[in-house]
Amino acid sequence: MEKILLKLCVNGETCQVAVPPNKLLLDVLREDLGLTGSKRGCDDSSCGCCAVLIDGTPMLSCVALAASYAGAEITTVEGLAPPGELHPVQEGFAVSGGAQCGYCTPGFLIATKALLDRNPQPTLEEIREALSSNLCRCTGYMQIYESVRLALERWQQVPRTAAASPTAAQGSQ
Amino acid sequence: MQAFEYAEPKTLKEALGLLSSRWGETEILAGGTDLLSLMKNYVATPRRVVNLKSIAELRGVAETSEGLRIGALTTVQELLEDRRLARFPALTAAAQGITSPQIRNMGTIGGDLCQRPRCWYFRNGFGLLARDAQGRALVPEGDNRYHAILGNDGPAYFVSASSFGPPLIALGARVRIAGPNGTREMPLSEFFVIPKNEGEREIALHPNEILTDVFLPAAASELRNATYEVRQREFLDWPLATASVALELREGTVRRASIVLGHVAPIPWQAGAAAALLDGKALTEDLADQAGEQAVAAAKPLSKNRYKVQLARVAVKRALLAAAQGGA
Ligand SMILES: Cc1cc2nc3c(=O)[nH]c(=O)nc-3n(C[C@H](O)[C@H](O)[C@H](O)COP(=O)(O)OP(=O)(O)OC[C@H]3O[C@@H](n4cnc5c(N)ncnc54)[C@H](O)[C@@H]3O)c2cc1C
Ligand code: FES
Ligand code: FES
Repeated sequence: MEKILLKLCVNGETCQVAVPPNKLLLDVLREDLGLTGSKRGCDDSSCGCCAVLIDGTPMLSCVALAASYAGAEITTVEGLAPPGELHPVQEGFAVSGGAQCGYCTPGFLIATKALLDRNPQPTLEEIREALSSNLCRCTGYMQIYESVRLALERWQQVPRTAAASPTAAQGSQ
Repeated sequence: MQAFEYAEPKTLKEALGLLSSRWGETEILAGGTDLLSLMKNYVATPRRVVNLKSIAELRGVAETSEGLRIGALTTVQELLEDRRLARFPALTAAAQGITSPQIRNMGTIGGDLCQRPRCWYFRNGFGLLARDAQGRALVPEGDNRYHAILGNDGPAYFVSASSFGPPLIALGARVRIAGPNGTREMPLSEFFVIPKNEGEREIALHPNEILTDVFLPAAASELRNATYEVRQREFLDWPLATASVALELREGTVRRASIVLGHVAPIPWQAGAAAALLDGKALTEDLADQAGEQAVAAAKPLSKNRYKVQLARVAVKRALLAAAQGGA
């Protein structure tokens, strides 16, 4: 199968990959770029484990052809904070037990980041709605909502430029 | 997923030139939330995929002299956020009813109207009419709990998957379709069809045509409209039955009512007799109840879906009462 040369901006870094047209964005991230944070859960748009930000909007990489997203800015869970540091959203989940087996966690972190970028003061109802594409089979969700609440608190304390954009995070490495 | 050639044309004309005149050979890609699922399951095995995303003229909502023109690539989320659609709670409730924000960010109005049925026989490769090797229908004897209760005399038993179909039909929407010989328009109600033979589709689109626009007529000041949906789970779930209603309330009495049921028949199901019952009357709870009863009077439930009759009946009643109060 003829490959397509694809330019993507992933976590603030421009990269080029040669991919067959039938390769999913999820598999390009995991296999070609070694970013295994994004997970394959249901492989059919019903669990949110594969969620990434595409141009700032949370989308499902398991139903996205990589070829469709040439030139797009993609943020995966690896891009939330520089290596060795935690984004406030990650801190929230770590401290409040928002992750147990952790398989769903990257998707929840991405959905939470997208929510706080748009709406820094969400109500519980808005949090539930924003996370409703994501399934967790371990926590029972209450710890996750608590994690988001804590993330919110920490988010408000952080100077916005440091953690707001993955590009800025990369630049401070 | 089978290998295919990928095309991302910049113009509608170029895109039309890339489509085959036979179903199955080429597929149109919009948000991909349905097509990718079909391709992963080898239900769709195109040799070429034509991505519409770079065709600028298919995007956006615009006001025209007659109402709103909604480009086929407008996402479900964009519709929800567009204040010009606030007059159409029947439509925004259906958009909100696609209960996954990430699907709403990706899925488009054109893709919603053209998506394939979710019938599990179809999705598992038994064909749209779901027959065994001897040609016997599998659904009447099988697990038909989510199948049709109306319009199910056969050979089709699936339910139309589109949540936008019913409210848009109730609101009198039309669609524009571009093909190799120019464009054509039709009421959305004629866009959905019940296939008679395997190989036919559930929409009136030809394989080398593209749905380009949805036209929503301007709302009269007396317009009231609403959608009521019943589903099992709050999130990540499909409706079991829905009702969309649009009507005009003039001095307390109903005029020009339209009632369309969703997820109960192979097409969005127009309940004409139930709507006619309302004409010239005050919309009381009693009348709404009678309309619900009339809307399902012709229902013929299958072995495992009798429960859907009651759900559809109540959906009609509640949609009417919500509309009367001016909401969704
Ligand atoms: C968990 C879950 C729950 C869901 N719940 C609902 C629900 O409650 N109600 C509901 O309605 N939907 C629901 N959906 C389905 C979702 O809304 C559709 O998959 C989506 O709207 C399809 O849009 P798309 O742009 O992604 O289409 P695509 O997947 O890109 O395309 C779908 C089909 O339409 C064709 N097509 C797309 N655009 C055009 C066009 N402009 N012209 C001609 N053909 C075209 C494609 O060839 C393909 O066959 C749900 C999906 C999931 C995964
Ligand atoms: S793997 Fe993509 S939604 Fe489940
Ligand atoms: S922590 Fe295990 S699935 Fe969510």
